[in-house]
Amino acid sequence: MSLLNIENLSNAIGDKAILKGLSLSINAGEIHAIMGPNGAGKSTLAYTLGGRPGYDVTGGSVEFDGKDLLELEPHERAAAGLFLGFQYPVEIPGVSNLQFLRESLNNQRKARGQEALSGGEFIRLAKEKAGLLSLDMEMLKRPVNVGFSGGEKKRNEMVQMGILDPKLAILDETDSGLDIDALRVVGHGINSIMRKPDKAVLLITHYQRLLDYVQPDFVHVLAAGRIVKSGGPELALELEREGYAHIVEAEGASA
Amino acid sequence: MSEEVEIRDAEARAAAARVADYEHGWSSEIEQEFAPKGLSEDTVRFISAKKEEPEWMLEWRLKAYRYWLTMETPDWAKLNIPPIDYQDAYYYAAPKQKDKLQSLDEVDPEILRVYEKLGIPIEEQKVLAGVEGARKVAVDAVFDSVSVATTFRKELEDAGVIFRSISEAIREFPELVKKWLGKVVPMHDNYFAALNCAVFSDGTFVYVPEGVRCPMELSTYFRINAENTGQFERTLIVADKGAYVSYLEGCTAPQRDENQLHAAVVELVTLDDAEIKYSTVQNWYPGDAEGKGGIYNFVTKRALCQGKNSKVSWTQVETGSAITWKYPSCVLNGENSVGEFYSVAVTNNYQQADTGTKMIHNGKGSRSTIISKGISAGRSDNTYRGLVRVAPQAEGVRNFTQCDSLLLGDQCGAHTVPYIEVRNPSATIEHEATTSKISDDQLFYAMQRGLDQESAVALIVNGFAKEVLQQLPMEFAVEAQKLLGISLEGSVG
Repeated sequence: MSLLNIENLSNAIGDKAILKGLSLSINAGEIHAIMGPNGAGKSTLAYTLGGRPGYDVTGGSVEFDGKDLLELEPHERAAAGLFLGFQYPVEIPGVSNLQFLRESLNNQRKARGQEALSGGEFIRLAKEKAGLLSLDMEMLKRPVNVGFSGGEKKRNEMVQMGILDPKLAILDETDSGLDIDALRVVGHGINSIMRKPDKAVLLITHYQRLLDYVQPDFVHVLAAGRIVKSGGPELALELEREGYAHIVEAEGASA
Repeated sequence: MSEEVEIRDAEARAAAARVADYEHGWSSEIEQEFAPKGLSEDTVRFISAKKEEPEWMLEWRLKAYRYWLTMETPDWAKLNIPPIDYQDAYYYAAPKQKDKLQSLDEVDPEILRVYEKLGIPIEEQKVLAGVEGARKVAVDAVFDSVSVATTFRKELEDAGVIFRSISEAIREFPELVKKWLGKVVPMHDNYFAALNCAVFSDGTFVYVPEGVRCPMELSTYFRINAENTGQFERTLIVADKGAYVSYLEGCTAPQRDENQLHAAVVELVTLDDAEIKYSTVQNWYPGDAEGKGGIYNFVTKRALCQGKNSKVSWTQVETGSAITWKYPSCVLNGENSVGEFYSVAVTNNYQQADTGTKMIHNGKGSRSTIISKGISAGRSDNTYRGLVRVAPQAEGVRNFTQCDSLLLGDQCGAHTVPYIEVRNPSATIEHEATTSKISDDQLFYAMQRGLDQESAVALIVNGFAKEVLQQLPMEFAVEAQKLLGISLEGSVG
């Protein structure tokens, strides 16, 4: 049974149509990668699934873990197990990472009818996940993303993912701005946190290089608001070799 | 109790039942004893007689009243203040006392229930219940205008600390009160201060003797609970040489349809090497979402740092009141004396706040820090107004001022009005100011992690105000954080 089932999804930002009948099905235990040229609608897909205000759905449906995802508020989607790794993680001055994550996690747990974690339980969890991503606990005491380097921000996203323990992670260009070492750490984080039979990942990326560390089961090409081609890991290599234009043209995708 | 009063009480109960969305908006049914309606020399005499005051106190009040008659309402603040009919209010309301109360057991259970509703922190509830080993927080509970219970008096007395209602202090320690009352805020200081001098009905007096560190934090809960009854609190705290005291003041008020006037005066005095830390959480009824009702809060708070190396720290979290006019200030006379002002002011809906501080540097080497965080939402207006003045003789003065404004929505206003008057070239004065908005990016990011919109706003706002909140004593900080969230409910989206 699919964890995420997107059917014929269309949306618009203001008057501008971005997604134009996108369909995609992801099963638990799978890692999917979506690649595509600039402006194809990759980030729009991520934001739309996350429920960002202003990303109005104009058609189609999205089912997530048996629920109508589009009916849910952003925080309800999070509680249902959907995590969005941001391309540009946001700074929240004065709020420590630990406070932010504890409140977020406990809000999610409350929505799911679970007990809140105590301070001690939460710190143990945070330490474990930070260790996994080689992130200093001191960084978790600092305000959310304030003064973090690009790489630290992305690693911080992974720590958040580890602590929140979602069913589905949509990672929007998590590899951008990372040096090779950071890329390896992030790849390891994704594998160790999300490579599980009951979880799934949707990686959004421009480049093949993250896929060296996180082996996808499926690769899709997004162009002009639709998925124009799907395949196995070899498709990413083909894209890397031949560029998007070639495939997009071959598939006859145009706006 | 007159028929008129009964009718009013019935109306108040009905009003409270109608409007339940203000957490502290309800009306309780405690018998009231009112002064005659309106303001006259007779009202002043009535109050003074009720408080069994000595003659000098009555004369002092009458002098203030006569002075007040010659004054006009100040109009320089960025506030739209509707005309106030001073004859259409009651200036004194006291819970009826059957006998002198010896302990809390004898307190009207209705009043105790009020404290419970107010959410007095568990620690203090334990103290009130007499639990062995409970944290020592003395509560001089001011219910409406009269102190109904004073706890821990004995332990404070052993330390030599005098902690009394101001009325008791006037009777028991007349010389001490006479020495300082009106010395920090003179009766002719301003319109509302003069009014307070004439009709103040109760408040608190604290004296910490030389070299004594007050063994516990002192907290007072103020509450206005009588319709059309202005609340005129008077607080005087004196820290003698080398003394230290931390004082916490918290306020809530019930739902009202009519505006209520509040004009308190707080005077602090520190002698050589003494320190007073004064913290306030102000949560009076702000009026409804349409701007109807709410408290008018015209407060004069001032500290006299008279002694060398003395220090006063004001911390305030202002979320309530329809109109706030309040400038807790420090007159830094002592050499190397220190003044601090940490403020969070939240305005939502149609609230108006004009608040800030004055740091008057008269002493050599005196220093001051001002951290002001203004948060505006709805259609509210929030103004920081501050003065830093350096006198010609004050060598080596330092001041640092930071004023940050956070806007929620596009119909509110944030204003910063700093006055800087430096008459000594050796002074170092710094002023920083920022204005920002809660961004959609921040909100969505926090919501994507699982926070609902109001929790997300509360979290971001608390982060913004952190520098100030962390100045508060722990139990107050927790309360204040919740309050910021509650005050901004419905302000986004």
